[in-house]
Parts: sequence; C-alpha cells; structure tokens
Amino acid sequence: MLVVACIKQVPDTTQVKIDPVTGTLIREGVPFIMNPFDTHALEESLRLKDKYGFRVAVISMGPPNTVVTLKKAIALGADEAVLLSDRVFGGADTLATSRVLAEAIRRLSQKEEVALVICGKQTIDGDTAQVGPGIATRLRYAQLTLVDQIQKVDVQAKRIIVRRKLEGRHEIVEAPLPALLTVLREINKPRYPTVPMRLMSETAEVMVWDNKVMHLDESSIGLKGSPTQVRRIFSPEKTKGEIVGDGVNKPEEAAHLLVARLVQKDIIQA
Amino acid sequence: MNPVSDLSAAGFALFWGLTIFAAGIFLIRGYQLLKLLSLGRENKKPGNLIKQTFLAIGHMIIQECQFKNIRKKDRAGIGHLFMVWGFLLFVTYYFFFIVIASGFGISETMEHNAIYTIYCWVMDIAAPFVFIGAVWGIIRRYFFLPKRLEGQRTWEALLILITVLLHPITHVGKIATQIAAGSPPAGLGISTPPLSTALSNLYTNVGSVAGWHAFWFWSHWGFVLLVLAIIGYTRYLHVPAAIINDILRPQKKGELSLIDLKDRRTFGTARVDNFTQKQLLDTYACVVCGYCQDACPATNTGKPLNPRLIIRDVKANLMTNGPLIHHKKEPVIPLIGSGKEGSIGEDALWACTTCWACMEVCPVYIEHVPKIIDMRRHLVQMQSKFPEELLNFFENMEQRSNPWGIAPADRAKWATDITVKPFETGKTEYLFYVGCFGAFDARARQVTLAIARVLDAAGVSWGILGRDEKCCGDSLRRLGNEFVFDRMAQENIKLFRDKGITKIITECPHCFTTLKNDYAQYGAKLDVIHHTELFDRLIKEGKLKLKPTDLGTLVFHDSCYLGRHNGIYQPPRDVITAATGIAPIEMERNHKRGFCCGAGGGRMWLEEKTGKRINIERVEEALKQNPKTICVSCPYCMTMFEDGLKDKGADKQVRVLEVAEIVARALK
Ligand code: SF4
Ligand code: SF4
Repeated sequence: MLVVACIKQVPDTTQVKIDPVTGTLIREGVPFIMNPFDTHALEESLRLKDKYGFRVAVISMGPPNTVVTLKKAIALGADEAVLLSDRVFGGADTLATSRVLAEAIRRLSQKEEVALVICGKQTIDGDTAQVGPGIATRLRYAQLTLVDQIQKVDVQAKRIIVRRKLEGRHEIVEAPLPALLTVLREINKPRYPTVPMRLMSETAEVMVWDNKVMHLDESSIGLKGSPTQVRRIFSPEKTKGEIVGDGVNKPEEAAHLLVARLVQKDIIQA
Repeated sequence: MNPVSDLSAAGFALFWGLTIFAAGIFLIRGYQLLKLLSLGRENKKPGNLIKQTFLAIGHMIIQECQFKNIRKKDRAGIGHLFMVWGFLLFVTYYFFFIVIASGFGISETMEHNAIYTIYCWVMDIAAPFVFIGAVWGIIRRYFFLPKRLEGQRTWEALLILITVLLHPITHVGKIATQIAAGSPPAGLGISTPPLSTALSNLYTNVGSVAGWHAFWFWSHWGFVLLVLAIIGYTRYLHVPAAIINDILRPQKKGELSLIDLKDRRTFGTARVDNFTQKQLLDTYACVVCGYCQDACPATNTGKPLNPRLIIRDVKANLMTNGPLIHHKKEPVIPLIGSGKEGSIGEDALWACTTCWACMEVCPVYIEHVPKIIDMRRHLVQMQSKFPEELLNFFENMEQRSNPWGIAPADRAKWATDITVKPFETGKTEYLFYVGCFGAFDARARQVTLAIARVLDAAGVSWGILGRDEKCCGDSLRRLGNEFVFDRMAQENIKLFRDKGITKIITECPHCFTTLKNDYAQYGAKLDVIHHTELFDRLIKEGKLKLKPTDLGTLVFHDSCYLGRHNGIYQPPRDVITAATGIAPIEMERNHKRGFCCGAGGGRMWLEEKTGKRINIERVEEALKQNPKTICVSCPYCMTMFEDGLKDKGADKQVRVLEVAEIVARALK
C-alpha cells in the first residue's frame, strides 16, 4: 500500500524581498526549499513506512527545477517521486492545483492501492491551506485537517485514528481509509538524510508527468482553470505603535497599564 | 666468573632455553599485535622516516614526554626519567655483558678490561636512580595517589614497578659478588665502583660467594626475561609502541581525514577496523598515565567522556573483535553504543570540545580527537543519529550558511553605521573574513566594529565579502558532518579563488584554523592571519600607535583554537601589554595548559545537561585572580564567559572584552 506525500518547493521566504515598485517577489538568487510544513508531511509518511511497511511516493507540481527538492525527499527515504510539470499547469490557483495533484494520485492508485495522502497544513508562500482539502474533495477521500498526531492505523480494517489540534481543544477523529491528512509542524521532528542516501538520491530517477501523460482538460487547469488570481503583492506599511506609558520614569504605572491591556485583549486572565 | 659456563652444557641449555623462550613469547605476541594492527585502514604517508626516527629516539632520550608534564603538583615524571635513563644503560649492559659475555661463555675476554670497569661504574651510579625511580613510583601510586591515577592501583601497575625495582637490586647483587670473589671489575688495578664494593663486604665467606653470585645472576636474568615476555601483555608495551608511534606521527597534528564520496569507509567509523593502522597503534602506546583525563574539560566537569577511556576502549574492542574480523566473522561488541551495549558511549563522543588538551599532554603522541570525530561522523553521516538540537543547526548551515538560519542578506548589517568597502580583486590587500558570530551575534558585532576601527587606524587595505560571505564550516566538521563541510569548503575555496583572495584576516580563531589548516588539505594556498596576530605585527612595525590605557586587573584566556591548535600564545598577550601598559595576569591553567571555555567542537550548539558547566568552571578560575576584565580572543569564549559571569552574578563587577576592543580603546 502506498502513502503519498504532497510537497511543494517554495522560495526561502526569509530571503525573499518584495520589489516596492512593481509589487512582485524578487526571486532572483533566492534559494528554494521544501515547504517547511511538507517536511513534516514527508516525515510522517516515512514513519508510517517504518512502522507499517507502506511504500512512500512523493508528488509535487512545479517547474522542472523542483527535481532538486524531490531528490531530497528520496534522500530522506521516499521510494518514488513524481514531478507534475507542464507549462499548462502554470499559474494555477488552489483549485486548479488540487485537480492536477488529485489526478496524479488517482493514477498512482491504479498501480497500487493508496492508503493515505499526507499534505502539510499550508505552504509558506501561498498560506491558503486549501490544496489539501481540495485534493480530498476531488478524490472523495476522508478529509482530516490540522492533524498533530496519528494515533492508530488499522491496515486490516482500513481505519485511521488521528488527533486534530483546534483552537483551545483537541479532537480525536476516526475515519476510513483512504484518507487525506494535512499535518501541523508539531506532529514530528523531521529526520536528516544519511550520506549514502544522499548519494543514492543523486542518481535516483524522478518521474516527470506532463499533460500528455495526465490528459487533463486544459480549461480546468493552470491559469485558465483558476477562478482566483493574485492581483498585487506588497509588504504592509510598518507603523510604529503608540506610546501609552512611561516605563523608564514610571515603571510601576507602565506595568499596571500593560497588564490591564493584556487582560482587555483576553491574552491573560485577571 | 660465569654462572652459565660454570654449569657447562646444562648452563648454556638453561640460559639459551629461557632466553629463547622469553624472546619467543615476545615475538609471537608482537606478531599477534601487528596482525591486529594490520586490520586497520592504510595510513596517509608519514613524514620523513629517517628524520622522524632520530627525532623519536631523541625525544625518548631527553624524555620530552616527562619534562612537559612535570609540575609542582605532580612530580611523578621525575621517577620516570630515572627509570628510562637507567633502563637504556641496563639494556646495553644486558646485551654486551650478559647475552654476549655470559651467553657465549666469553666473560673472561669481555670483562677483563677497563671498559668493563668503567661501565660498571656507570651502572653503579645509575642503579640507585632506577631504584629511587621505582620506589618513588610505588610511593606515588600506593601512598600519595594523584587524581589522574585513581583506580589505577592494579596488579599490572605493581608488577611493572616491582620488576623495575628488581633490576638494580639484582644487578648490584651480581656485581658485588663478583667483586667479593675478586673478579672484574675487581682485580684489574682500577678502583671498583663504590656501591657494589660496599655491598661486596657482605660476602665474607669465600666458600659461598660463587653460590650467591649464581643466585643473583640467575634471578637477575630471570627478571629481565620475565619483562621481555610480558611486554606485549602489559603496559610495558608502551616502550616500543610509543617510539614507533612517535616515528609515524602525522605530519600535521590532529588533522582530520577528508571524505571520499566513492569510498564508504571514509564516511565514519563504527567498526574498529575502520580506524587507520596508526590510529590503532595509538591504543598500544597508551601507558594509562591519565594526564589526558586530568586535562580534559569534559572529564573535569563530570561528563561521560574520558579521553583515556576512549583509547582504552578502542584497544579493548580491537582485542575482542580483531581476531573475529581477521577470520572474516562479525564483531561481537559494537564500537559505538550507549550503556553496556558498545565500547564507547554516544554521549561520550558528543561531550568533546575538541580543545586538544588531551593531545597536548599525552606523553606518547596519541591523537584522541580525530578518533572521536571519526566516530561522530558515523553517527551523523551513516545513522543520522545526533542530539536533536543539531537538526536545526545542520539545516540552517546547509540552507543559509549560518548557525541560526538568519537571512544571508543580513551578513553586512553590522556595518550599517560605518563605511566598509567590499573586497575588490587586485585593489584590496586583505579580506576581512568576519565569520558568522562577527556578522550576526550582537555582542560579537561590537568586536567586529572594533577590528574595523583598528584596521583603519593602522592604514590596512581591507574589504569584506558582505552577503557573499559564507560560513567556514568549522562546527560542522568537528561535529562529524563532513559531507556538508566538504561542499562548503570547496565552495568557499572557489569563491576565494574567483575573487583573487589570498590574504585573509579572521575575527574568530575557529574560522582561522578552518581556513588556514583545514582548507589547506584541499590545496588552498591562503595566507590567513588572526586579528590579534596582525595587530601584534602592526604594533611592532610601528604602524599601529597606541596610548596605553590601564584597564585594572586583566586576565587573559587562551582560545584553544588559537593556542593549542595553532601555537599562538604570545601575540595576543603582547597586544594587550601594548594597549594597557601591563602584561595580562595568568590564570592557574594557561598557555598550553589553558582550560577550554566549553564551546569548541560544536559544543556551542549543544545543550550541556550533565555535570558542572565547563564555562562556570573556567569563570570561577578566572575570578580567583580578582580581575576587573577578562580578555578573550574568540567570539565563542566571549559568549561562554559572559554567560558564566551572569550565572555567577559577577557580570556587574567583571566585564569581558575582546583583544580588539582593548586595542580600539587605546587608539590615539
Ligand atoms: S579534546 Fe578536550 S574535550 Fe575532547 S577529549 Fe580531549 S581534552 Fe577532552
Ligand atoms: S592517552 Fe596518553 S595521556 Fe592519556 S592515559 Fe594514555 S598515554 Fe596517558
């Protein structure tokens, strides 16, 4: 049985600056990394592999240089990697992206039964958290978002129990397989590749599927299939906060004021 | 007089039978030990063997091994000097006057001459010294045991000391009975050696002298042969092994091996036969003196690391697994393993600060650190098993080329308020390689600014790489992540080459060592200088003019990577003297004996959960001098001292300054 980890290659956002004139990201010279949330999705897949003997496939939609990130996944222990890359996939929003990824998973499931699809909660460049749920919807898989712990996978009975982390509470949920999980960073600590695995991954093969393989209707994918489009990106203007107390000369008064404000904002309890 | 020929054929049979038997044991054991050694990997070529051999013999004769370790608190080395010098004379005597003279029945010819008498005189003087040396050793070990020898009151140690003690006793007995019987050295018309002559007066009964002589002769030779036979089984082994170990010493002390991506054996050591033959020879040479553990900051502060035990345990592992490996069987005890599962615990390997204190004091030139790092390499590169704090560190290094994962674009931020020129090929003389601490750490940035001011004041032509600068990879390498280090080193070297950079000033002793020594392994020809060394030169050349500014009592702390790793002790001190008008005060442990701050070897990025914190130990030592200022030459030491002072609540009274900051204050 297969666990599919969906990953995305993103620019290292700490190193991205926004061009104040054109309002676009300056990507030049910025290194790419595996979306941090996805490293946890991959790690969780690998742990399931270690524990239950699943095979792990990683898939990613992106430009050809995404191969680098997919090879990193292989170095960490993924058994196969598929890159979905075609000009017609470009410019996609979350809906169009989920269509391509869902189709790829469907194709994988024709060869080998898919037990789980694991995605990171969101990407650090898009921040929508919609692609995972989109895939689940298209594939009609059980949809388990915000997972911070997989408690049990019953391969025989085809059921999974996970813990979801919601604001102020946890939820233990049981669902049938196949299921799609989106995971939080707390779920695990990613592993580090060994040198032999790194070297092996350098020569490992990454399958590339373009739309000649995927046969998707071009009007439902890429820019054409995307109902939403980004109009502008800009950094919010930085404003200085107001100064309400004098901590230097009247520290006690300032402390009282601070406590009052925190209570008011419900950050601490009085 | 010859007790051998006195027994005619039986005597010769007995003499040669015993001698050949003992020599046989010695040789067979030697062969076994060599076989085990040969399981190790081939070594890098040693230096010029002839020169090294002379050097090694010289070292033994002048007893460098002991002289460097004799101090007020620990004078055991003196006893050793006596024993070794005596031993050399004894061995010569055995060869000529026992094996040849007695063994071949030609004592008459060999002994009836002045040379023999003179030699007897020499031995007569040497014997009491050996005696004193051995008694001194016994007293040291059994009455006033130094800490480094704790747990070392073993039967083996006693056996060795007693056999040493018996040599001079039986020898003098032999000569005394010869004199009593009127044989040489007596009866040649030359005065006989005093001690033996005095003792010869005990043998007044002419009838029994020959018997006594035979007794002393045979017991003497018996003990000599006993020693010969047990060399390979006891610490006597250090005698031949240490000499060979000195001869085969690597040309560059403590050098770590490079990784070869085509050869898995270079990825790390998890089996004893993956050490090099020289590394295994190290373990034979260990004499269990404990100097290394006495100097080790980890052992001293209750960490699970003891450099002596690392060496002992590698040897024990070789003794157990070696024969199996030799017969192509699987080893039974893993080399690395926590608890009782393996020979060396992982936590011990992670505790090393790579301060080289152990390697500095080891009398027999053992290199502990490369072994520790080879084993770390296995854990990191083959098993991805390391303290979890390191995961972020490794990722940050690979991703952003600095320990904290700060955006590389911020590398030149320290210079926002001053004008700093970028390095320009062909125009700028020196690259100022700021390093990660100097560029990102708030405190170290002040040091960076101070260096910049001083360089400008001295009119040095310098520039920086700014955001193009990358980490040198020091911690990665010491932590065993050689794969990533290797890539970073090659990238850096290429960058330097492309920019035509050949002269580099570093702020940090770790960058200094890495660029200077580690990169040299890749053939990089860089002229690297630490800022304290450069300042020293500039002051002495009159290019840097200072107005001495008294800073009160100031103690200086040696950085291990400047001191022990590169032998730079005096320049920072001279700079301080020039800048403050007075020489810095020394702590109890200083120069070669300096005590690590606790941050080297990647320990900076690891939590220190066991035992006392190393920086606290060092800060307490510094505080004993009642300083107003503690002066350091390394950003790691800076952090460790400032943290330590805070923990001790002394940060209000005592400040930590870097050499450059002191110089900047004294600028005219
Ligand atoms: S290098 Fe320093 S910390 Fe490491 S074993 Fe030697 S003395 Fe101990
Ligand atoms: S390793 Fe060197 S210093 Fe340490 S006990 Fe052995 S011989 Fe002595």
